[in-house]
Order: sequence, then C-alpha cells, then structure tokens
Amino acid sequence: MEIPYAVKPRPDTGLYNAKVGIWLFLASEVMLFGALFCSYILLRVNAPDGMWPHHWLNIPLGMTNTLVLIASSVTVVLSWASLKMGNFKQYKLCQGITILCALTFLGIKSFEYRDKFVHYNVVLKDGRVADGHLQKAETNDKTVVLEGWWPKDQAQLMNPPLGHEEVKIEIPRDQIKTMENYGPWHHTYLAIYFTLTGLHALHVIAGAIVIFAIWGPLAKVWEQDPERYINRVEVSGLFWHFVDLVWIFLFPVLYLL
Amino acid sequence: MQPTSHADAPVQESHHAEPGFWQKYIFSTDHKVIGVQYGITGLMFLFFGFCLMTIMRWQLAYPGHPIPIIGHLLYRVLGEGMATKEGVMMPDLYNSFGAMHGTIMVFLAIVPLAFGAFGNFVTPLQIGAPDMTFPRLNMVSYQFYFMGGVLMLSSFFIPGGAAKSGWTSYSPLATLTDPSLHPNGQTFWIIGMVCLISSSLLGAVNFITTIIQLRAKGLSWMRLPFFVWAQLVTGFLLLLAFPPLEAAAVMQLMDNVLHTSFFLPTGLVVSGQMLHLSGGGSPLLWQHLFWFLGHPEVYVLILPAMGIVTEIIANNTRKPIWGYRSMVYAVMVIGFLSFIVWAHHMYLTGMGTRIATFFQTTTMMISIPSVIILTALFISLWGASIRINTPMLFALGFLPMFGIGGLTGLPLGFNASDIALHDTYYVIAHFHYVVAPGTIFGLFAGIYYWYPKITGRMMNEFWGKVHFGLSFIFMNLVFMPMFIQGMAGMSRRLYDGGVRYMATPDVVGLSPSVVGLNVNITHAVWGLGLAQIPFIINFFWSIKRGRKAASDNPWEATTLEWQTPTPPPHGNFDKPVEVFRGPYEYSVPGKSRDFTPQNEPERTEPLTHGNPVRS
Amino acid sequence: MNPTPSTVAAARADEHTIEEMRHHIRRYLIVGVALAIGTALTVWASLFDFGSRTTNIVVALIIAGCKGSLVVCFFMHLISEKKMIYAVLAFTTFFFAALMYLTLWSTNHNSIIHIG
Repeated sequence: MEIPYAVKPRPDTGLYNAKVGIWLFLASEVMLFGALFCSYILLRVNAPDGMWPHHWLNIPLGMTNTLVLIASSVTVVLSWASLKMGNFKQYKLCQGITILCALTFLGIKSFEYRDKFVHYNVVLKDGRVADGHLQKAETNDKTVVLEGWWPKDQAQLMNPPLGHEEVKIEIPRDQIKTMENYGPWHHTYLAIYFTLTGLHALHVIAGAIVIFAIWGPLAKVWEQDPERYINRVEVSGLFWHFVDLVWIFLFPVLYLL
Repeated sequence: MQPTSHADAPVQESHHAEPGFWQKYIFSTDHKVIGVQYGITGLMFLFFGFCLMTIMRWQLAYPGHPIPIIGHLLYRVLGEGMATKEGVMMPDLYNSFGAMHGTIMVFLAIVPLAFGAFGNFVTPLQIGAPDMTFPRLNMVSYQFYFMGGVLMLSSFFIPGGAAKSGWTSYSPLATLTDPSLHPNGQTFWIIGMVCLISSSLLGAVNFITTIIQLRAKGLSWMRLPFFVWAQLVTGFLLLLAFPPLEAAAVMQLMDNVLHTSFFLPTGLVVSGQMLHLSGGGSPLLWQHLFWFLGHPEVYVLILPAMGIVTEIIANNTRKPIWGYRSMVYAVMVIGFLSFIVWAHHMYLTGMGTRIATFFQTTTMMISIPSVIILTALFISLWGASIRINTPMLFALGFLPMFGIGGLTGLPLGFNASDIALHDTYYVIAHFHYVVAPGTIFGLFAGIYYWYPKITGRMMNEFWGKVHFGLSFIFMNLVFMPMFIQGMAGMSRRLYDGGVRYMATPDVVGLSPSVVGLNVNITHAVWGLGLAQIPFIINFFWSIKRGRKAASDNPWEATTLEWQTPTPPPHGNFDKPVEVFRGPYEYSVPGKSRDFTPQNEPERTEPLTHGNPVRS
Repeated sequence: MNPTPSTVAAARADEHTIEEMRHHIRRYLIVGVALAIGTALTVWASLFDFGSRTTNIVVALIIAGCKGSLVVCFFMHLISEKKMIYAVLAFTTFFFAALMYLTLWSTNHNSIIHIG
C-alpha cells in the first residue's frame, strides 16, 4: 500500500502530508528562536544600567541584508506561483534569484562577522582604553596598531557616538593590560548576537541547499509528477519565509534597539 | 491542472528487488524495523544505566570499600582520578555515573523505548496506515539517536571522564571544568544531547503528521485507541518543549568551548581566582530553559506507558475502558498544563513568592487529569472478567505504583513542604516510583503483550510471572526506604551516602539507621538485578523456542495491529482498512464472540435464540 | 513536437487558476514593497527620539510585528490556511508567550520592565 495523501490533500484536513509536517517543524522552530529571544531579553534586562551596548553593528549593512531577504521571500513565492501557472521557465528564473539573494546575504554576514573578529578592545596599564580595527600589516610583536578611537568612559564605549572619528593608534605591547576582540566572549550582547545570527545563518544555508537541490538536480520531477514538485517548492518556500520572518525581528532587536 | 502523477494510481505492486541485509535491517525505512531497532538499542541502554547504578549503590552502602571485580577494572580503564588502585570509587566517578545514569535512563532508554520503539511499531498499525508519513525521516531520527548514544558512551573514556554535573547540567558547575581538558565530558554530553533532541524533534513531526493524516477510513478521533492519543500528546510535548533546551544546550556549549558568559554571572571566583570572563550571564536562565523541557519530559516518560497499560487492561478485562472520553480530554489537558508548571523544580532559587504561587497552582491543577486517568483505569477493573497473564500483571502492578509515585509528588508540588524535601532522597523516591515501577512496568507489559505480533511466539508465562513478582517486590524494597531517608533530610548526590552528615554525640545529623538503610537498598537492588535474568533469558529464548502464538491475534484483541499477518508485511495491510466501531468493543451483548475487531464489517448475525439481529 | 507533461500541465493550468495566480502575484508584489517601506521605517524610527527608550522598543516591535504578519499571512498563505494549522500555531504562540512571560517574571526585579 502506498502512503496516501503525499501529494493530494486528505479530504477532512484539507492538507497534504508534507504541509502538515513543515508547519509542525516551523512550530518547533518558533520555540527554538523564541527561547533565544527570551534569553536576549533576560540578559539585557538583567544588565546593570549603562552596561548594554548600542550601535555596535553596522546598520546600513543590516538594512541591506533585510532588503535582500525580503526580495528573496518575494521571489520564492513568485516561483511557486509560476509553477502553479505552469510556467517552468519563470520558476527557474525567480528561484535562481532566490538562491542568489541567499548567497548575497551570507556574503554580507560573513563580512560582518570577520569585522567583529578584527575589532579589538585594548585596555592599557594606565587605565586608558583604545578601541578599533587591527591593522595587521603594521602590527608586529612590539607594537599593536589599531584604526580606532579613545572612548573616554564606559558609557561611551557602550554607546559609540555615530560617526565618531577614527585615527591611527599605536600601542607598545608592554603597555597593554588586556586585549580582546569583539567575539562572543567579549560581552553577552555579542554572545547572543553571534548565537542568534549564527543559528539563523545555518537555517539560511540549509534552506538554500534544499531550494537549490529542488531547483537543480531534482528538477526532473517536474516532468514526472508536477503536483508533487509544486508541493516540494511550496514546502521549501514556507521554510524560507520563516527564515525571513526571524530576520525581520532579529534586525531591529540586535541592530537598532 | 491534471498532473500525470503515479501517486494517484490505485494500489501499486511493489516491483522493488528484494532488499539486501543492510537495506532491510540497518538502513530500513520500515517503521516496524525502526521500532525494533529503537527497542533493542533502548533495552541495551536500560541495562547499561542499571549497571551504572549498581556500582554507585555499592559505594553508597559501603563507602570507601573497594568494588569487587569491577573496581580494579575501573582503575585500569579510567585511571586514578576515577578509582583507586584497590578499586575504590572516587567522588568524580560517582558524580559522573550519577549524571550519566540519569541522562542515559531518561534520554537513551525510556523515551526511545516508550516513544521510539512502541510508538513506531504500534502506532501506524493501530491507525490502519501502511507506514509513517515520512519513512526516511524516521530512519534519520533513529540514526541521530544512535549517534547521540555513541557520543554519550564514548565520553566515559576521554580524559576527565563523562559529564559529572548531574543530568540537569546546571551552570556554572557544568561550565567550570579544568581548562586543560578539551574537549571534556560535558562538551560531549551537550553535543550528544543536541543529537538526541534532534532525533526526538524529527520523530515528533513524523508521529503527529501520521496520526493526523493517515488514520484509516472510519477511524474518527474518538475511535482511536488510547495508546494513539497518548503518543499524539507525547509527540506535541517533544515538538514544542525540546527546542528551548536545544537553544540552551547551544548556549552552554558556547560557554564551555568559546568562553561566553550566557549562564555565568559577573564576578565569579573559582579557587580564589577571579575568572577572566565577560560575565553578565544568568544561571537562572539555564534552569528555566532546562526545566521548560524537563517538566514536559516527565510526561513524555509516563504517557506512552499509560497508553500501553490501557490497551492491556481493556484486552484482559474483556470490557471497554471506563471513561474513555474523560481519559482523552484528561490527556490533552495534561499535555497543555505540562508546559506551565516547570518552575516547581526551582522553588528554592529565590524567584519570589508570587511566581512560586503561580507555578504551585498550575502544578496542583495538573494532578487532576492524572488522577482522572488513573481512576478510570481502576474503575475499568470493576465487574470485569479479569484474565491474569504476564502483561496484565505488569499493567495491574503499574496502577498502584504510579499512584504512589503521583501522590508523593504532591508535597513536592507545594512550595512550603518542598523547602524541606527539595534535593533530598524523597525526590529520588518520588520520580523513581513513577518511572521505574511505573513506566518500566508499562514497558515490560508492552513487551510481553506485543511480542507475539513481532515474533509469532509467546514469551514463557511462568518465567514472566516470576519476573513480575520478584521485580514488584524488589522495586518497592529499593525505593520505599528512600522516602524515609529523604524525610529525614538525606541529600541527593552525596557520594558517601550521607555518612558525613551522620549524627554524632555532639552534632545533630542523620540517624545511623537512616543511613544504614543504604545497605538494605543496595541488597534490594541486587535482588532487582537478579529478577531481570529470567526476563532476559525468556526474551531471547522465546524468539526461536517460545510457544507458537495460537493465531495472528492470540490475545483476542479488537485493535487493528492484531488484524494483520504475523509479522506484518511491508506496507502492513494489503488493502486500505475501513473501521466501523470504537477501539474496545469487548463483551458486547448479543455478539457470538466477546470481542469485535475494529475493522470487521457490520453484518447480520443470529442471536443465540435464533432471531437474526443486525450486529 | 510531442507534448511533454510540463507542456500538458501548462496547457491544462486552466484560465481560472492563471487568473487567480495573477491576482495573487499582484498581492505578493504589493506586500514586498510594503515590507521594504517597513524596513526603512524601522530604521528611521530607531533614530528618532521618542523621549524614552521603552517607546522606541515598542514602536520597533510593532513595526516588526506588522511586517511579520504580512509575511505570514500572505507569503505563507496563513490567512487562508486550514483549521488544523491554526490550532497548532495557536498552542505554539501560547507556549512561547508563557516561556517569555514566566521566565522574565521570575528574574531581576530592578529592571526597566516591571512585571509581577
């Protein structure tokens, strides 16, 4: 006996199996990201006054990424609509753009991540604090060279004034008390930032792979069983929209607030 | 749009070539094979978890004494941090055995057996389906489980040993291991947990979709066997409660490996040294996220067993379950409420009285549907023609044992009494009563009951009864004294069994007789272990030498899994099933037999005095 | 040229479906534009001084909520989904809210968010 309702919907529920499955899975994903958002709120609320950073992330890049994902959400649903209309060529085009958008998003994200890992916070023995990007070419085992600024206190460090001037800073290594880059270990804000966006990025990768697999190697199923193919496109599209949905909340929460 | 799809073609003959060994038994997508895989792996972990505990119990009864035979072996294999040369258990080893006993029993034994094994094998059959909706996903779920198990087991052998911060893995303790040990047992534990959580999540998606979508024609919701309802609710618990723990596990992994401070507060000092960490984290956050899963998890442990016991009671009382509808509503309410009671595990964290009261209230509320289910099962015995066989003995034994387990939970659910009982042996006694003579008895019942459907042979009845009788006695001898120890104030997780807190002439403390109970309990554990030997032998021996089952339906049951050939073939039913009645049509007046299978068509049947009556 | 299943499918995708889809496509594009505007609005609102930080947070979440609803209702077709899906999501939303609210209720009471 074949497994029923794999393609045609079951009459009383009105749903085909994979659609039930994907919505259940998305429900679990809501709980997953929900727990992380809950952790974000708890960590932020518990932070002492003035100890939670703002504007540590590049807003134009974040906004670009948001628009890229929104565009991909549009193209993913357009590609499904094209298939419903029987237009395979248009599906191929739209879904191709979706995949390109995914790659663009990941590219920008990688750039942002790298930026954090070369961004250093240096506390000198005399108590001054320097903050900036490591200039690798000029740094050697005697001196550390940063392109950055000298925040005058903790409050300024947590809330860098937008558009502050960057200068070249040379620090002899023997004057350094601590030096740490802006990785997840540096502050719980960064920890939750990397975790939330990292987990999100993993979902982008997984979604892109599945969409690509259906679009590329598995495209021949369209010839054999169009309705099954459309269902696959719909289900992978639902996952993709969820990924976009999470980012719609991630962007203001992490970048803007 | 008319697709030229093959999926719409009527019943297809499978033209696949006969699959080889690997495809058939190792990489199978058939729910029955996967169910057996979960079953065998789960039973092996159950045995291993039991062995860990017997070693611990030696240390508790005879603290500081070398463990016979195994002690020296532990030294040779695990090194001198874990056991002395003579074979005395070190505190670190005790702690890691304790943490792993809990983890293995809960996540590698009971859930895989109750949900993975029984759920997988029985559910599609009981709803008249050819398989799960996503067979390949089912196979992947098992593989994740297997990987998680391998990781957990291998963690014993890495430097530093397995995780030792309890199955609850509270931060900061779980994060503050010797930095020279990388990766350490705790890291293995977390990655293992991520595998196990993923396995359960995918399994839950499969189960719920299958039950919603693949019920046979005529099998409406209120005609489902209670077992299926129990599995459905269990699936929802796994689906929605596990992800926060997955998130928390990722965060704790980052704390361990990347030195983040999700759960580490500012200003932590270890051995006099201030830790060089960003701080700003919250240990309480871990506890919330852990117990958000932890509490629904205990319902995951018990509901499938309730499902099994219900099936067996209906079958062996030869009458419908009393209060079936109430039981169904009760199990749905349990599922719902179980999400909002979790912080009764956290009464002593200082969260504040208003929130403690909230959780106390919901905790008291959740006892009501549990009592409804137990009561309905008890009342089902009233006026019944009880058949005594091994499955029924275990099912009957389950009832009072779960009753004791459930009732003893009440003082823990009340904030005030919990102050005295939290983290004592009382808690251990309470939850073991629910899971050990509770769930495990349900699982044993299920094994004896469904064995003939899987193998075509019956397990030996005499040895089954011996297994039951001895297990029942020893379970009580093991866990009942622990209530006394707990009420006297003996703490959990003490590797010397409370000796250090024993009363002396000058110091108030635990009475020697309470501490002395450790010896009695350990002896009872040995008895319990010996009592399992008839079961293990019976289990393997009966596969080939057991009495052949009288028919495909030796228990004369009404549910659909018994209306198939034995063992059911790939695809289960050769044509689509149609269901005409509820799940427990036993002893219906006017029928010639005392049971009517769910899928038996309606037909006219002469009454005993000759008048044809529509049946 | 022999008709392949896809050309057959295309031919059979009847006029009604195509007309319906054209209507949907128009909707998708409108929603897409709305989302882009919403994004710009979010950034502008975050830089605008409303007086208190709390107001900024509330505004940002409201805008995000609207954008999210558009994605869920129209791109994911939730607005015309079946009851079963609504039921699953209703429970999920409740449990998510419970996790958030109850966890935060139990923690630090000297915080901006005063609950319980």
